[in-house]
Amino acid sequence: MAIDENEVRKIAKLARLKLSPEEVRLYQGQLGKILDSMVELGRLDTSKVMPTTSVLGLSNVMREDEPKPFADPEKILANAPEREGHYFKVRKVIE
Amino acid sequence: MNHTEMTAVAIADAVASGKLSAVEVAKAHFERVRALEPKIKAFVTLLEEDAMKRAAAVDAKRARGEKLGRLAGVPVALKDNILLEGVETTCSSKILKGYRAAYDATVVERMKAEDAVFIGKTNLDEFAMGSSTENSAFFKTANPWDTDRVPGGSSGGSAAAVAARMAPLALGSDTGGSIRQPASFCGVVGLKPTYGLVSRFGLIAFASSLDQIGPFARTTEDAALLLSVIGGHDARDTTSSLKTPGEALAGLKGQIKGLRIGLPKEYFIKGTDAEVEGAVLAAVETLKKLGAVVKDVSLPHSSYAVGSYYIVAPSEASSNLARFDGIRYGLSSPESKSLEEVYEATRGAGFGPEVKRRIMLGTYALSSGYYDAYYGKAQRVRTLIARDFDDVFREVDVLATPTAPTAAFKFGEKVDDPLAMYLSDVFTIPSNMAGNASISIPCGLTRLGLPIGLQLIGPAFSEGTLLRAAGALENASPFPKLNG
Repeated sequence: MAIDENEVRKIAKLARLKLSPEEVRLYQGQLGKILDSMVELGRLDTSKVMPTTSVLGLSNVMREDEPKPFADPEKILANAPEREGHYFKVRKVIE
Repeated sequence: MNHTEMTAVAIADAVASGKLSAVEVAKAHFERVRALEPKIKAFVTLLEEDAMKRAAAVDAKRARGEKLGRLAGVPVALKDNILLEGVETTCSSKILKGYRAAYDATVVERMKAEDAVFIGKTNLDEFAMGSSTENSAFFKTANPWDTDRVPGGSSGGSAAAVAARMAPLALGSDTGGSIRQPASFCGVVGLKPTYGLVSRFGLIAFASSLDQIGPFARTTEDAALLLSVIGGHDARDTTSSLKTPGEALAGLKGQIKGLRIGLPKEYFIKGTDAEVEGAVLAAVETLKKLGAVVKDVSLPHSSYAVGSYYIVAPSEASSNLARFDGIRYGLSSPESKSLEEVYEATRGAGFGPEVKRRIMLGTYALSSGYYDAYYGKAQRVRTLIARDFDDVFREVDVLATPTAPTAAFKFGEKVDDPLAMYLSDVFTIPSNMAGNASISIPCGLTRLGLPIGLQLIGPAFSEGTLLRAAGALENASPFPKLNG
């Protein structure tokens, strides 16, 4: 399964990863090889098999949706690269 | 006796009964750390000051006449993807450098309640992606048995710390073998509990349908003790099972006579080192002498496990790791002008090559037009793998296999070939895909003196049975002990 460099750049864009031209070339080769190794999966007939969505076989457990206060929000905000008061600060998103 | 030679069970007993102080125990372990850590480099963060304070608090609690917990004064190392409040948690990634946990993981909370003493956070392959700990963004950890070799991964730091007797217990996480494979390489016990038995609240997620936290120890009894502390329902993890650790550990005591052991033919194949296979079969022979019934069995879809795993795990990772965007914690690109640029530049600079590779692979497998062919297909194949186990566990109680095809390999041996590295988990991945219980225990040494791991796999919540079989082997011939 060959992947071209444009495809690698497209995937990187979707994944929000800035890649150098060297990285694009590296991943182009490596991703192609990894995907090749998965070709055998396609030969397996799974048309009558249900996909696994949970290995536990749990069904939903319901509870009230009650907010609980977090003891010290400052501990969370202290990790922010940029903040203003009690908010995370980001670049302007609306022109 | 040097306190670093003691088991966790012995330390907890001695500290709880006042024969030994938690401070003495902690001191002895930090002395050992000072002597060995420059060569091994198991720890990303050492917590000597905190640990001495916590140990003193345990001793004070006893002096007040209060009853001590089941891990009284026991030094524990934590893989650096598990949150310990107030302490840096990095996942061995540049993108999380400087991040301080705002709360404790449930497993940490439960160990604190039992008076454990946390001595440090251990190195891992970045975001637990790897099989040698060489993918750490910070430094490589050495295998205590041969410092030219890798400790395995991704929980290589935890495995090395326990093997080198810098701690009697450690926690790791296992998504495709990340506890069992390093346990095998470092000659210690590593248990991957049944999916859902141990809460992942406070574990930084890699692949949520596969991740499990579990113990490293030097004895099966210590592994059982730590599992009994960390296991059990937690409302903060939506995948948490209602089963208690007591239920999972039922069957811990008792005979081996009549235990049905299966040897799956798909796990005894070309490519596995002859010494590894020989040691595994010798261990099975020992169990047979103790009265176990051994039977050849088949798990026909085993060869599809690695392929489907490397679709499912990266897909989930690409989604889980979207949260590292430079806004709320860790690295952030300061020069970027737009929000989009902040994301791309932060992630481009902050993630290492293996993490980027898996995010790309997962993004591709989930992208429009490819979803059914890759992710959808892999989830169906996963059903077939789980069904194989269901079928075989009607015939046998436990499966015995090598944990990994080889003993520890040398630094750099597989680092440029992602596919070769991925195959190091060929025998451990199926258990994660099915969500059942599995353990690796030492079963001998190669001619070069490297530990060999035996893997036992059982149905969901069969931890007691696995530990009973493992304990019988440990009694029959003690696990190899690292000299020095």
